[in-house]
Amino acid sequence: MSRSSRLIVALAALSLAVLYVLPLWHIGLKAPQYPEGLGLYIAADRIVGEKPQDLNSINGLNHYIGMKTIEPDDIPELRFIPKIIGGLIVLGVLVALVGRRGMLYGYAAVLVASAAAGLADFYKWTYDYGHNLDPKAIIKVPGMTYQPPLIGSKQLLNFHATSWPAAGGWVAILVVSLVVGLAVWQWRRGRKPRRVAAGAALALGAAA
Amino acid sequence: MSRSTLIRSHAMLAAVLAAAAAGCGGGASPAADVGDAAQRVYVAPGQYDEFYFFASGGFSGQVAVYGLPSGRLLKVVPVFSQNAENAWGYSEQTKAMLNTSYGFVPWDDSHHPQLSMTNGVPDGRWLFINGNNTPRVARLDLTTFETAEILEIPHSAGNHASPFVTENTEYAVAATRFSVPTPQEDVSISQYKEKFRGLITFIKVDSATGRMKIAFQILMPGFDYDLSHSGKGPSHGWSFFTSYNSEQASTLKEVNASQNDKDFIAAVNWKQAEKCVAEGKAKAVPAVYAHNVMEEGSQTAGTTMEKSVTMLEATACPGVVYYLPTPKSPHGVDVDPTGEFIVAGGKLATVIPVHSFSKMLKAIEAHDFAGEVSGVPVLKYESIVAGEVKEPGLGPLHTEFDGKGNAYTSMFVSSEIVKWSLKDFTVLDRIPTYYSIGHLSIPGGDSREPWGKYVIALNKITKDRYLPTGPELAQSAQLIDITGDKMRLLLDFPTIGEPHYAQALPASLIKDRQVRTFELTKNKDAYGVTSEAGTGVERKGRQVHVRMSTIRSHFAPDNIEGIQVGDSVFFHITNLEQDWDVPHGFALTGLNSSELLVMPGQTRTVVWVPSKVGVFPFYCTDFCSALHQEMQGYVRVSPRGSSVALASNSAKK
Repeated sequence: MSRSSRLIVALAALSLAVLYVLPLWHIGLKAPQYPEGLGLYIAADRIVGEKPQDLNSINGLNHYIGMKTIEPDDIPELRFIPKIIGGLIVLGVLVALVGRRGMLYGYAAVLVASAAAGLADFYKWTYDYGHNLDPKAIIKVPGMTYQPPLIGSKQLLNFHATSWPAAGGWVAILVVSLVVGLAVWQWRRGRKPRRVAAGAALALGAAA
Repeated sequence: MSRSTLIRSHAMLAAVLAAAAAGCGGGASPAADVGDAAQRVYVAPGQYDEFYFFASGGFSGQVAVYGLPSGRLLKVVPVFSQNAENAWGYSEQTKAMLNTSYGFVPWDDSHHPQLSMTNGVPDGRWLFINGNNTPRVARLDLTTFETAEILEIPHSAGNHASPFVTENTEYAVAATRFSVPTPQEDVSISQYKEKFRGLITFIKVDSATGRMKIAFQILMPGFDYDLSHSGKGPSHGWSFFTSYNSEQASTLKEVNASQNDKDFIAAVNWKQAEKCVAEGKAKAVPAVYAHNVMEEGSQTAGTTMEKSVTMLEATACPGVVYYLPTPKSPHGVDVDPTGEFIVAGGKLATVIPVHSFSKMLKAIEAHDFAGEVSGVPVLKYESIVAGEVKEPGLGPLHTEFDGKGNAYTSMFVSSEIVKWSLKDFTVLDRIPTYYSIGHLSIPGGDSREPWGKYVIALNKITKDRYLPTGPELAQSAQLIDITGDKMRLLLDFPTIGEPHYAQALPASLIKDRQVRTFELTKNKDAYGVTSEAGTGVERKGRQVHVRMSTIRSHFAPDNIEGIQVGDSVFFHITNLEQDWDVPHGFALTGLNSSELLVMPGQTRTVVWVPSKVGVFPFYCTDFCSALHQEMQGYVRVSPRGSSVALASNSAKK
């Protein structure tokens, strides 16, 4: 790996540290009675309301449809995701230090797998909240479930729910794309004549 | 003529009659020249008004908050009167706000709202208002629109010339409208001249918290002190008070207090008074007066009975008071934005006298006195008058300013507003009011920088202006555009109670600082709970304390047994909601008090002494959610001495 590629990997890995501060995901809810909206930020280690009382308000509303209370303390992922992120940072720095191409491919695969696992876990939790409802729920609409979309928007009774990456999520997407892009480029470079690869590097540099 | 033609012609006749009736307007008084007035006052659904307008409730004892230009009523803030709608003065936490040295006084007559000021401009922090009957001054917090403090004024009677704050809200003032024996004693009313005194009180306002404290009281000759305004700019440091009854009559004042051609404006140099107090020229006088404060943490009002007040004899402090002779029986006294002109509303005068502050200072320096009254120097009218507005109309009362060199004076008797120039004191325009205007108000119109867009007439009589409602008719406010050369009536709207004075300021100064909920975690009420786990019942002899919580859409507990006839049952209701605009109410069959209306995060308590055996329902009174109707519970009341154990179904969670 070239010096600049190693630098890119190191910087990409280190920038994952912002995930200790910035939230990964945002779920928004709007209804006629909530013109200002309610929202949740999901970060590596916490789930907090967009406004101080939003989590409390959302839990209050969810009791009508028999949804379980969202208790951040009961979600074990919030305790070990920060450790996984720490591992990904250390791993990335190692890859940059050693500078072996094979390790870069492995790192790209680990990042993609982590992201996929994170999304799958997120889906599992929202599926659970949305489907496993109290049979004594106050409001029961036949056939209705309340899972917010994994990404995008959806109407849930009087609420319009949205689900999009938050600032940290966009950083994570950028980091994964960068490392995967670099790995693909390195891989193709290894298989093609050197001149083409140099041209591609120039193009990548211009795009950046 | 066929039957159908007959019907048609009758329909035509009805249409003609309807058109004729519409042409007559509302009644005998002329309708406004509408033009684009509707557009000017129309605030589209979902849009906000440009100004908050705070009008005193007069004999309602409260403050009403309207939006301008729409005239929409936004809120009635309970101040001096019990308000069953939200348990103000009924709940255990708010009762103390209405304590006085006379005991619990559940009503007053609120006259003059005054916005707190910084550098002579309303700053949107607090609103002060006087209680006229049992002398008090209240402070409203404009982040909650609730009354935060009420201070009783001792030795005073009829707190009319109040609260009129100084340029940086250093002081709010309170002057007695009725001179009385000071301190009070059992004397013959015929000894008025010897025994009765007037009193001007300066209340220090803490610049950080707004807390009020009586700084000193100045003992004055026994006239009726009527209204006030504080100086600004060059005249900062002075406050002005009108007086009438310089005749010192104690009976049939209507005639006997209207004999002198001139009465006085008292010019009070409060910086000089501060000096005299610091020099020890004042004395501590025993006094008993209530100071009621709503504590922020516990949201509970407490009363401190104060025991003493600092009193300064006007004549013991040279340079503190001068009398400005003013025709005739003056009512309002208003200081223009530059601080130079002191305008008096001589209600029986044929002119509007305008005094000059700089001339007044010169006359004082030159000892240019016409004499003295009870030891107070009287200046010469000719030496201090800047000019007179000639033929202004009848019954001038109050003046406000637009900040563009114009003054607007209300004329009670001729029922109009007169616009005149501060440059040459000539009348520029006049517009009728419907009817008998008292005060008038321009947003910031008594400040250094008025927002001179509208003047609002505050009328005492409405007669034929609205659909009739039996003998008691509404008072009214009329919104008049003053942006052009000619004043234009845009809108009139009925008000609650009787609006005396009113003040307005741009909504932007306060709308984004509103408290939405009280933080539950900071609830310091002795019987408050922070979750359903803390709820329950507890007997202390004949008292039963119920710690109850509300959240959409249930009470916890909602079944209570073991109450006995004659118990005092304290329902301490904590609203666990932390969401804006979700109060819950509490009402119970046969409760000899008001309902409770509990804001999110707050605890409110009501006491019930059940008189009958049975099972009694309680319910939420504020439509809170789709399951609001289900938000209810039962209390079982057993005979005195029953063996039914005290129990509730709370804390099962």
